[in-house]
Amino acid sequence: MRLKINSIKQGVVIDHIRAGQGTKIFNYLGLDKADFTVALIINAQSKKLGKKDMIKVENEINIDFAILGLIDPNITVNIIKDEAICEKIKLELPTTVEEAIKCKNPRCITSTEKHITDIFELVNREKGIYSCQYCDALYTIPNM
Amino acid sequence: MNHLISPMDLSSDQLDSILDLAGKIIERPEDYSQVCKGKILATLFYEPSTRTRLSFEAAMLRLGGEVLGFSEPSSSSAAKGESIADTIRTVGCYADIAVMRHPKEGAPKVASMYSQIPVINAGDGGHQHPTQTLTDLLTIKTIKGGFSNLTIGLCGDLKFGRTVHSLIKAMVKYDNVKFVLISPEELKIPEYIRTHILEKQNVEFIETTNLEENIGDLDILYMTRVQKERFFNEQDYIRLKDTYILDKEKMKSAPEDLIVMHPLPRVNEIALEVDSDPRAVYFKQAKYGMFVRMALMMQLLEVSI
Repeated sequence: MRLKINSIKQGVVIDHIRAGQGTKIFNYLGLDKADFTVALIINAQSKKLGKKDMIKVENEINIDFAILGLIDPNITVNIIKDEAICEKIKLELPTTVEEAIKCKNPRCITSTEKHITDIFELVNREKGIYSCQYCDALYTIPNM
Repeated sequence: MNHLISPMDLSSDQLDSILDLAGKIIERPEDYSQVCKGKILATLFYEPSTRTRLSFEAAMLRLGGEVLGFSEPSSSSAAKGESIADTIRTVGCYADIAVMRHPKEGAPKVASMYSQIPVINAGDGGHQHPTQTLTDLLTIKTIKGGFSNLTIGLCGDLKFGRTVHSLIKAMVKYDNVKFVLISPEELKIPEYIRTHILEKQNVEFIETTNLEENIGDLDILYMTRVQKERFFNEQDYIRLKDTYILDKEKMKSAPEDLIVMHPLPRVNEIALEVDSDPRAVYFKQAKYGMFVRMALMMQLLEVSI
């Protein structure tokens, strides 16, 4: 049986989410508290990924593409206007990540100094490795 | 250049300029004895360090400047819970340049982000120690005549030994430099140095636990102390502290033109009997450290003769 979800008139479709990541992104975007129509589709069929998650939002929302790219850089964001895709945004790993993640090194100054922003620089895009700007500790995306 | 936080902050030109100036100061120290008259160095030592602090203080005094500061956090505002950001902004009202040692990695970097005056990292935990690197480079340049075509053995605590990390970062810029990394398994070089400095820049290196088998291939042997303060578990420290002891017997296998360096202080890793060997240069190295800090402070303060 094929599940049918209506297309949206105005809003955002977040596509090609790695299966299993959809709920994380749904919660990150605060869509569980939305007062407009949203759909979280889990394990949809995908030629490219086999299975994928999708989120459809019937509203304009502010999305931090850097953070979304950090959660899953393979995501595509489609901006919908008048039931058509007016813009397709391909995400990638952000070069710099501020505040979204915390350094776990207990020797890092971020563990004790108040009011400083955690900053990570992308040092290996292929392997998704980030380095803490303060202590140089390395983090790979799935473990961040 | 406003601050010196990591050896990577210095371009090759800036590095050459500091080392050249240090060489000139060594030749005619009297010409530089008043160049920092009226300048004040603040020494912010959140972790005890006699040697580095005295070296900086001596450097500023020999340039005609003055020094203020604290040598342990209990005698500073840090004991009252003041942030590094606030401390450095306050110190900037009193001093012209600051040098900071801190047990936490990245602390001087934080200071530099808020400071109105140049900040020098004098060691942040097991992370970086760029002025020791300048010291090491001046020693190598002066005694070996340059930096290319050298095989450098780094021996001891390569995990927490910040001088080792900084020296590797600085030396990979030069042609045909090879590293022999000698340490117990537990104290091997950190992953980020191995992958993002050595492998990324295609630098030849080997990792080994054996000093005796490799000493004959070296141009430089850089010994380090296993640092008690870096261990959470004292038993680990006791087990590892005397893994390598360089003595006369081992020096017999070493080349005649080898130099033995050590950032000091030494504990047991170099036997006293090695001190009289002309290849042991670690006390000369300490003196070069003061001269290179004089040169660095002159450049950061933009003063000249």
